[in-house]
Amino acid sequence: MKGLELFTTVTYAHFLFLSFVLFALGVLGVLLRRNLIVVMMSVELMLNAVNLTFITFAKALNQLDGQIFVFFVMTIAAAEAAVGLAIVVAIFKRFREVNIRFFQFLKG
Amino acid sequence: MSSELLFSLLIFAPLVGFAFNGLLGKKLGGHLYPGVIASVASFISFVASVGLFQLVSEQPEQAKYLVIHAFDWMQVGTFRLPVQFLIDPLSSIMILVITGVGTLIHIFSIGYMAEDPGIAKYFSYLNFFLFNMLILVTGDSLPLLFVGWEGVGLCSYLLIGFWYEDHEKAEAGMKAFIVNRVGDAAFLLGMFVLYSHFGTLNLLELNSLAPKEAIWNWLDPITIGTLLLFVGVTGKSAQVPLYVWLPDAMAGPTPVSALIHAATMVTAGVYMMVRLSYLYTAAPYTMIVVAAIGLLTAVLAATMGIVQWDIKKVLAYSTVSQLGYMVFACGVGAFSAAFFHLVTHAFFKALMFLGAGSVIYGMHHQQDIREMGGLNKRMPLTYWTFMIGWLSIIGLPPFSGFFSKDEIKWFALASDRGGNWIFWGLAWVGSLLTTFYMTRLMAYTFWRDKKYSADHQPHESPWVMTVPLMILAFLAATGGFLGIPHAIAQILPGHPNHWLEHWLKPVISLPTIKQGITVEYEWLLMGLSVVGSFTVAMVTRYLYLNRIDLIDRTRERFEVIHKVWVHKYYVDAFYQKYFVENLVLSSRDLWRYVDVGVIDRLVNKIADVTKELGRGFAWLQSGNMQNYAFITIIGLIIFVLFLFKG
Repeated sequence: MKGLELFTTVTYAHFLFLSFVLFALGVLGVLLRRNLIVVMMSVELMLNAVNLTFITFAKALNQLDGQIFVFFVMTIAAAEAAVGLAIVVAIFKRFREVNIRFFQFLKG
Repeated sequence: MSSELLFSLLIFAPLVGFAFNGLLGKKLGGHLYPGVIASVASFISFVASVGLFQLVSEQPEQAKYLVIHAFDWMQVGTFRLPVQFLIDPLSSIMILVITGVGTLIHIFSIGYMAEDPGIAKYFSYLNFFLFNMLILVTGDSLPLLFVGWEGVGLCSYLLIGFWYEDHEKAEAGMKAFIVNRVGDAAFLLGMFVLYSHFGTLNLLELNSLAPKEAIWNWLDPITIGTLLLFVGVTGKSAQVPLYVWLPDAMAGPTPVSALIHAATMVTAGVYMMVRLSYLYTAAPYTMIVVAAIGLLTAVLAATMGIVQWDIKKVLAYSTVSQLGYMVFACGVGAFSAAFFHLVTHAFFKALMFLGAGSVIYGMHHQQDIREMGGLNKRMPLTYWTFMIGWLSIIGLPPFSGFFSKDEIKWFALASDRGGNWIFWGLAWVGSLLTTFYMTRLMAYTFWRDKKYSADHQPHESPWVMTVPLMILAFLAATGGFLGIPHAIAQILPGHPNHWLEHWLKPVISLPTIKQGITVEYEWLLMGLSVVGSFTVAMVTRYLYLNRIDLIDRTRERFEVIHKVWVHKYYVDAFYQKYFVENLVLSSRDLWRYVDVGVIDRLVNKIADVTKELGRGFAWLQSGNMQNYAFITIIGLIIFVLFLFKG
């Protein structure tokens, strides 16, 4: 029955594992996907994975700092999304498509 | 007024004039006001020097000087260099001469340069020269003196090459500058030697640290240091072997020749030796060299002056010769006599140069004396003032040259630091030669029948030029009373003493008279000089006016000597062949092989290597965002791994 605890009791380790998985998915998305919108969503995913870690540790250590940090991260994320989407729109207007390879035209 | 305020006025008035004319002169245009501004600046300086002179004379006898501390220039280890100025009996006279004669020459220039388009530039240089010259004579340490020394050298270069569009004139400026560099390098070395020996470069400290006993040793640091400084003097004060630049320096405007190349800058070397008189007297070997070089210069330059046809060249060789006398006087320990001659020479040589300027102006820029003649009727004021200069330089009493030159000749025999009959004899011959070529100049320029063509009517100069001439003539006529010799003073009512010697007593080493030389000798020498000069002058005048054929025949008879003199003893040719040409050739080789072959190649190699490296790494910048992100993340992972391992 001892082995079942892994599935029955939710510990901090679970949260951290989930966060790791989400972050890894986000990284893979950024590295592999070609669609800019998806890449941006992957970035959001990474940010939120980090948020989850923050909250977990805030709870575990019984300190508020982590939670406060999350607010900052969310703010940054919002700003990043605004800028990022603006770029995406610009790319779309120019090329009628939102593929990441268009960034290669920025090469000097 | 406080000494600081007066000193600021003294130094900054010319500097402001320089900045104003230099920056705004061309923009505002006009031919009169740059000269007026410069002259006013110079005059303010003169008034300040009168004030400073007054302040110095009010000081107590044992501390007759003022020190003005401006700021600390540098502090390196134990070496501290304050920018500090010293006004003492010596420098107070110097600043009076510089600003006084300087102001007169500025005013003269207003007339002389009136037609020149570069008049604002001219006056700004002239003011800048005054500024530097004042730094030179008031600086209280050798480095500060050197700042002024280089500054006046620069101004001299700029003003000799003032009409730089004429290639020859630009070259004369370069020649002056380069020849002076040789002397200045030695001057610097001399400073190093003295500093390593004494640990200070302050002029007063150097004098007080100088040993009281003479050191008879060629390898003593004092001997070496003073000799090296003396090489600097031969450059700046145009002595053998570096005198060659001064005759060529006559390419500059004539008032410049009067101010820089006769009255003030070229005497800087003499001033420096007078200033360090205690140091020089401690090194008797140096003194022998100084005396020999001075006398050699005095005589050689006089012989070259005899064969010149350019009115300014005659005066230039005469200046070299007179500077030789001053240096010679320093060499026999008669520093007060050297300084006395410096002052009177400043008066009568500035007068003669300005007179020559007036003649050149009146003759529409004709400088060849063969084309002149009969100018005494056309230009009476110039003639009479020039006459006083002539009487002064040939040493007839009571004009100033008589007193100062005679004092030098007196110490040539009587000084117990190497005075002897040979020195006196050469000095006497030199002064007779001086009389000869100056009288020749007078005969050609003024006394002879007119030689200019009818459409070349000479005219008297305007009053801005003649008034300075008259003031200088007054000074040249009376300046000698600053130092009445003892022999004459004894028979005069009230026994006036030698004012200049008395005034300089606190700061310079005074000469002592050899034993067994009595006052009768002084009368004898004086008599020989005066009679000799007078006779030579009369004979020369007679020969050139009435028996020119005799002169021509003598010249043909001694054609060899004449040729040597005309070719300036082949010194210039020698320098050209062995120094200048070799320098040019080796510079060309250095450029071709070292500069192009080594340095340029090295630099190019470095550039090539950098370029290749860049090309090698260029593939990293693909422009693919996801590549970048991938590399970043790999890096991040490696970093985290290291973090946990450590």
